Amino acid sequence: MMSFRESPRTVFSAINSDARHWQLLALSSLFFLSRFVSDFGASFSALGAALSGAMLAQFVGSRSTGIGFEWKSAAITTLGVSILLRASNPVFWFAAGLIGIGAKFLIRYNKKHIFNPACLGIALVTLASAGAWVSPGQWGQTPIVAAFALGFAALVLSSAKRLDIALGFLMFFAALQFGRAMWLGDPLVIPAHQMQNGALLVFAFFMITDPRSTPDSRIGRLVFAAFVAGVAAWLGWGPHVRGGMIYALAALAPLTILIDRILPAKRFEWTIEKPQKGTVYETQDTDDGGRLRADAARPYPQR
Amino acid sequence: MMAGACALTPLALIPNADAFCGFYVAKAETDLFNDASKVAIARDGDRTVVTMASDYRGEASEFAMVIPVVDVPERGQINVANPALMDHLDAYTAPRLVEYFDDNPCDQRRRLSEVTVTATRRAAPLPSVALEKAEDLGVTIEAEYEVGEYDILILSAEESDGLITWLNQEGYNIPDGAEETVGAYLRRGMKFFVAKVSLERHDGNADLRPIQVAYEDEEFMLPIRLGTVNAEGKQELFVFAMTRQGRVETTNYRTVKLPSDMDVPVYLKDEFGDFYKDMFRHQVEKENGKAVFMEYAWDMSWCDPCAAEPLTPSELRELGVHWLGETNGPRPNESLRRPRRPVAPQAVDVFVTRLHLRYDASTFPEDLKFQTTGDRQNYQGRYVLRHAWRGDYEQCEAAGEYANTLVDRWDTEATTLASLTGRDIDDIRARMREEGMSGAALGLDEAEPKRKWWQNLWGGRND
Repeated sequence: MMSFRESPRTVFSAINSDARHWQLLALSSLFFLSRFVSDFGASFSALGAALSGAMLAQFVGSRSTGIGFEWKSAAITTLGVSILLRASNPVFWFAAGLIGIGAKFLIRYNKKHIFNPACLGIALVTLASAGAWVSPGQWGQTPIVAAFALGFAALVLSSAKRLDIALGFLMFFAALQFGRAMWLGDPLVIPAHQMQNGALLVFAFFMITDPRSTPDSRIGRLVFAAFVAGVAAWLGWGPHVRGGMIYALAALAPLTILIDRILPAKRFEWTIEKPQKGTVYETQDTDDGGRLRADAARPYPQR
Repeated sequence: MMAGACALTPLALIPNADAFCGFYVAKAETDLFNDASKVAIARDGDRTVVTMASDYRGEASEFAMVIPVVDVPERGQINVANPALMDHLDAYTAPRLVEYFDDNPCDQRRRLSEVTVTATRRAAPLPSVALEKAEDLGVTIEAEYEVGEYDILILSAEESDGLITWLNQEGYNIPDGAEETVGAYLRRGMKFFVAKVSLERHDGNADLRPIQVAYEDEEFMLPIRLGTVNAEGKQELFVFAMTRQGRVETTNYRTVKLPSDMDVPVYLKDEFGDFYKDMFRHQVEKENGKAVFMEYAWDMSWCDPCAAEPLTPSELRELGVHWLGETNGPRPNESLRRPRRPVAPQAVDVFVTRLHLRYDASTFPEDLKFQTTGDRQNYQGRYVLRHAWRGDYEQCEAAGEYANTLVDRWDTEATTLASLTGRDIDDIRARMREEGMSGAALGLDEAEPKRKWWQNLWGGRND
């Protein structure tokens, strides 16, 4: 039995054993924030409907592919859908969850799914019906939301190692917005206002960062982020699409196949593998701070 | 939604067939606010008709309006509207006050009646700048129209400096500092719609009529930046959006619901306008000035309670609701949508959203961007007055209990009013005492501590 003093560490490592645990915690908090802070925010009926759709697809998909039922990714999709999607009828949230997770099983290339499930679900449902939409303005521009999203997201991404694509996307997107404002002669408070958008931050930290549907290499991810930022910005300026980043990500997802081919790298796995007993592991890889990376350890001697 | 809210009211036992959920007593219309602009937007797909009204009070010769537009409209796309249409729309959507009267508690039955008061306000002028026509300085007069009392020009220009110089020469007093904003619109490829009053066609006494423009644009927005260039203080804007689908919201600013469905002290009946103004100011402060308030969202086929009758199909068509056919028949689900108290002349396929904002360049730096949602949930700004039953509170036990509940009720009303408006709670309580809303007025000894809730348990044996 763990002692009282050890328990915080034990809890931390239990959570940290899977990057999705942080994501689930952060997304749940954002769900409650949206539910209780916004008049047109997330709702429990949305959550229930999205959960039913996502879990149904996950269950059917798991059974038909013969793998074990894995609830975490479907739960993340559920939260993403209920936080970002608004609809006039619960059936839309159900459909978004079902389509998103369904596509995870059906649309694959090289053992990797192509689309971020929540993103695809939201994009298709909103395009298909006027009864579903994305409300990008309802978070408000409160710094609290920004700080909250940033703080939690940083934690999430530290274990999933995907801060690069989030910051890359935000920087490319900001550069485009500020550049256009300067070209138009707009005061810079306008692009600054556009960047202080809760939905944009949720997208950047919780959607485009999905390690399973984005390129495996860092350079590849930055290239991908630049494309998504470009298309998202254009969708806002040209056809005046609201929530353009979601459609941009959904449309560009197949690009990851090409990028992975040109810039191959090790595939991300959610869980940190536990060393087997009796095997000595060693690593030469260091992280940004120069410390040895336990997660990169290989059995020694090399087999 | 309204019906639901009423049904939950403990006093809402409907005593007779024609009683409904409250009588309308007052409304707060937009003319409570000085210099407010009112804009009605009818939109379906890309097709948009915008009607702009201001409460301009000055000399007609001084009036001018400058609005960026996406395209050069033809003559047939511009019209002037009857100001009464905007007033009707304003009254229909205004926040409202309703009244209930408690019955003698000894009757074991309380009846309610309800009166509604709406707060209607008036709209402020759009960015008004005076302008006329000329040719040099890189300014092109794309079109020139006489519409009603207005002389209208559609201008394009290469540079903002040239356009502003020209407009100033023509007597349009473009405020200093407008170059940047005008330039930003020109860079977006926009034209300028400028209107002045023709003194030949206007006698100078009559009110100026709202200007209407019909156009097609993918972008659902309203330019507000010009109005903030040289504005003294905050501007007041009301947007009445009419769509087929449902509620309209802003996508680059937070839309919040004005607090609603609350019991407030009955003395507000004669000062509902002040209450509404104070509440709006306080709510704006709570949102740091950065929110757009939704004051009404309703299917135009009905209302409950009605601050004004719904607009007729012909009025709606005049306001640009182009999708209503000449022979607009009832919709398939009409019978399901209609309330118990149908008030509309006929069901119409229009959902109206009333948005209210107070803005300046620092709180609203960017033009308003909107989207139509599929949300058809009805919402209204509604405030409730409950008149206490007055009589002998000792005539039966129920009356005594009732008197006790009144004191609590009044206290809650005072707290509600303070939190809605930011008014001082002690002032409110003092006012309520003056108006006879206190324990002393009921003959209760306020010095005597109130009975605790548990003192009524077990027949008071534990006392």
